[in-house]
Amino acid sequence: MAATATLARVLRARFTPLIVLAALMVLVPVLAPSSFHLRVAALVWIFALAALGLTILMGYAGQVSLGHAGFVGIGAYAVAIGPARLGLDPLLCLVLGAVLAGAIAYGVGRPILKLKGYYLAIATLGFGVIVALVLHSEAEITGGPDGMAVSRLSLFGWRVTGALNWYWVTSGALLIGALLALNIAASPTGRALRALHDSEVAAAGTGIDVGAKKLAAFVVAAVYGAVAGGLLAAMNGLITPEAARFSHSIELVAMVIIGGLGSVFGTVVGAAFLVVLPQMLTALQEYEQAVLGLLIMVFMIFLPQGIVPSIRAYFLERLP
Amino acid sequence: MSLLEVRDMGISFGGLRAVDGVSFSVEAGQVFSIIGPNGAGKTTLFNLVTGIYRPSRGNVTLAGEDMTGLAPHLLVRRGMARTFQNLQVFFRMTAVENVMVGCHLAERTSFLADLLGLPAVARQNKVTREHALGLLGRVGLAHLADASAGALPYGALKRLEIARALAANPKVLLLDEPAAGCNAVETEAIDHLIADIAKGGVGVVLIEHDMKLVMKISDRVLVLAQGRPLAEGAPRAVRENPQVIAAYLGDHGAREADRAHG
Repeated sequence: MAATATLARVLRARFTPLIVLAALMVLVPVLAPSSFHLRVAALVWIFALAALGLTILMGYAGQVSLGHAGFVGIGAYAVAIGPARLGLDPLLCLVLGAVLAGAIAYGVGRPILKLKGYYLAIATLGFGVIVALVLHSEAEITGGPDGMAVSRLSLFGWRVTGALNWYWVTSGALLIGALLALNIAASPTGRALRALHDSEVAAAGTGIDVGAKKLAAFVVAAVYGAVAGGLLAAMNGLITPEAARFSHSIELVAMVIIGGLGSVFGTVVGAAFLVVLPQMLTALQEYEQAVLGLLIMVFMIFLPQGIVPSIRAYFLERLP
Repeated sequence: MSLLEVRDMGISFGGLRAVDGVSFSVEAGQVFSIIGPNGAGKTTLFNLVTGIYRPSRGNVTLAGEDMTGLAPHLLVRRGMARTFQNLQVFFRMTAVENVMVGCHLAERTSFLADLLGLPAVARQNKVTREHALGLLGRVGLAHLADASAGALPYGALKRLEIARALAANPKVLLLDEPAAGCNAVETEAIDHLIADIAKGGVGVVLIEHDMKLVMKISDRVLVLAQGRPLAEGAPRAVRENPQVIAAYLGDHGAREADRAHG
């Protein structure tokens, strides 16, 4: 009995997802030390970081975005363009990219966050399409459809090279991102976001400035996306407008929903699902996409709350 | 000067005058009820007073300050809170979290502190939770504090909304059918709660269909019909007004009101 009570407490504890995630991060290089596996794992952490932005925007505040990859693209190209065209430090450009994405989100968010549901979805979709279009067509600056090379990132004098080092850098970034997302959830801001998710009129009735809170969530989400994009560009050493493409926005939304809307650990699981599974399914060759699609459908039918909240609820119902 | 003064309020929807020339005033500690047949414009009047609709004419003052057309989240800051006829509960949060959201205006942590999880946030959460638990106790829901709001019975949700509105520490509280759908025991509890709130110095504006409740706890009653004021006065005077009986109460309502007065 004592064991089950402890398990129930662990499942409910606020920082459990963070500790499990950190343990996983230490285990992966032990269990799968090849650089291929580490690169795939680093990609999972990067996409999870981008998707965490959507966890705050969609999962907490209930505001859909189908243009999130646009912010990933802005962050990625900031890290590509800054050093190549302006001679700036790549790390500084990662920060500037996040600031730029936040500023653009502020400007774009003010008018479009007045929209709700499907209308907001289409407006954000339009934003993502515009970013991808600009990255495609401004070839003199962005290199056009072929993309551009990205110079090496150095963290305070340490040049980040090799799969293992990138694995640790992306792990650190995701851990910080997850910590901040968990912090927001357990704060007055988090309560306000979850409140307006359920009823905007009642949230306003308690004194919450609904428009300002939505905008804050949108800006924070954009910053998450841009940092992830910057890391993606610097790790790959090459970036193309594909980073901002529409289907990429959909993948990010799918990660958040498959893993469990509003769940920080679920977001990581969702990212792993959509990054690792295609790698495992390559043996199926031309059936890969079909099987992936089928698996997504099966998971959504049997775990409609998403993987992590469904499993958590299963155990909590059976524990004291 | 009254606590809440509503003067010559009016709004039209596509040529239909939903509320037309309604004035009333509410004193601190008073229960002021608005009654009228379905479609009389009671909830529309609430929505005008609480800033959800922008009135096409008239004005609202609270403690002498003009509130007309202010956005709802700004009205709360100036002391006006309300509940909703169709429940507007945060169903994915627990009961105590619902009331904690109601404490939003008293919370002092910045967005940055919330993001970084500074110790001040944990302290604020503790203070807010204590306050919210106290309010849940006041409406008789302390034992359900950590239950999901989505799992609470209807009568409890009505009281939960009242607790959340009280969390804003309002000078005026507008209750839109707080006893609708409640059984006799729940209605009785809400009746005591409203009287208790008014005793605390809050001006209560009440929309209610339960005539027994209205006649028992109201200091004054305003009768609306087709968006216009039909009568206003003490419960007994209103109940005996022939126009009101014809327009709204009917025979059955009058008998029920009689019983309430014994």
